[in-house]
Amino acid sequence: MVLTVLLIIRLHNLFAVVMLSGIYSLLAATFFVVVDGVDVAFTEAAVGAGISTVLMLGALSVTTQREKAAAKSTLVPLAVVVVTGAALVYGTLDMPNYGDPEAPIHKHVAPRYIEDSLKETSVPNMVTAVLASYRGYDTLGEVTVIFTAGIGVILLLVRVGGRRRREDEDAA
Amino acid sequence: MEWPGLFNYWIVIFLMMAGLYVVMARANLIKKMVGLSIFQASVFIFYLTMGKVAGGTAPIVIPGNPVYSNPLPHVLILTAIVVGVATLAMGLAIIVRINEAYGTIEEDEIDQQEHDS
Repeated sequence: MVLTVLLIIRLHNLFAVVMLSGIYSLLAATFFVVVDGVDVAFTEAAVGAGISTVLMLGALSVTTQREKAAAKSTLVPLAVVVVTGAALVYGTLDMPNYGDPEAPIHKHVAPRYIEDSLKETSVPNMVTAVLASYRGYDTLGEVTVIFTAGIGVILLLVRVGGRRRREDEDAA
Repeated sequence: MEWPGLFNYWIVIFLMMAGLYVVMARANLIKKMVGLSIFQASVFIFYLTMGKVAGGTAPIVIPGNPVYSNPLPHVLILTAIVVGVATLAMGLAIIVRINEAYGTIEEDEIDQQEHDS
């Protein structure tokens, strides 16, 4: 994954960059399988590696394939990134180790979901049970966000098509 | 400290900072969107890393008395992935519009045109 990201930074061919970002998503999905997030893994593979790549290719097809060489200085961003990264690494030093069953995250609501979700919702997959039942309103909000984004995309792109059509009519 | 300890978090931080760097240092708008996706995916990896329990299995009920990984981060990230695609689609639509209006998707060229007019 680190290699993919470095290539994304270096390359100027946008088609290659978009393909690499698809590969990056797929690698992330395999990682999710390793850490037991199977539902997340197939969503990431379908949505992150699939739909996102298609969307970006669509955007590339109507814009340009090549990025111009960066003219502005990269020193300031690099400094900001290094400082922020160092601060974050310092922050992780207090984090519980990978896979630690005593970590605070496993102590609060998760045990209840794990123990009672089958009894209360009779859905064997806990992720589905929490998503659709305990946190149903979250999912409703998510659908609202997608709906809004869909409307926004349609409005933005219809204006493009509409104006093009008007220009065609003017030319005719 | 036994392996992997905090190593996963450091990888996450590297990926996150790489995404941030792309967003800040590159003028091309589509490349910026790719940078945002890298950043976003690194946060997903961070959450799922926290949800893992050593020796655990996927949180789907099976007979016996297994250790399950924490299902809560999975739920949150499932929602976040889908919302992420929605925002990505929105951003790309705006980029297409910008390309229509300015004929370029390079930030500095757009700046230039704004100054000239």
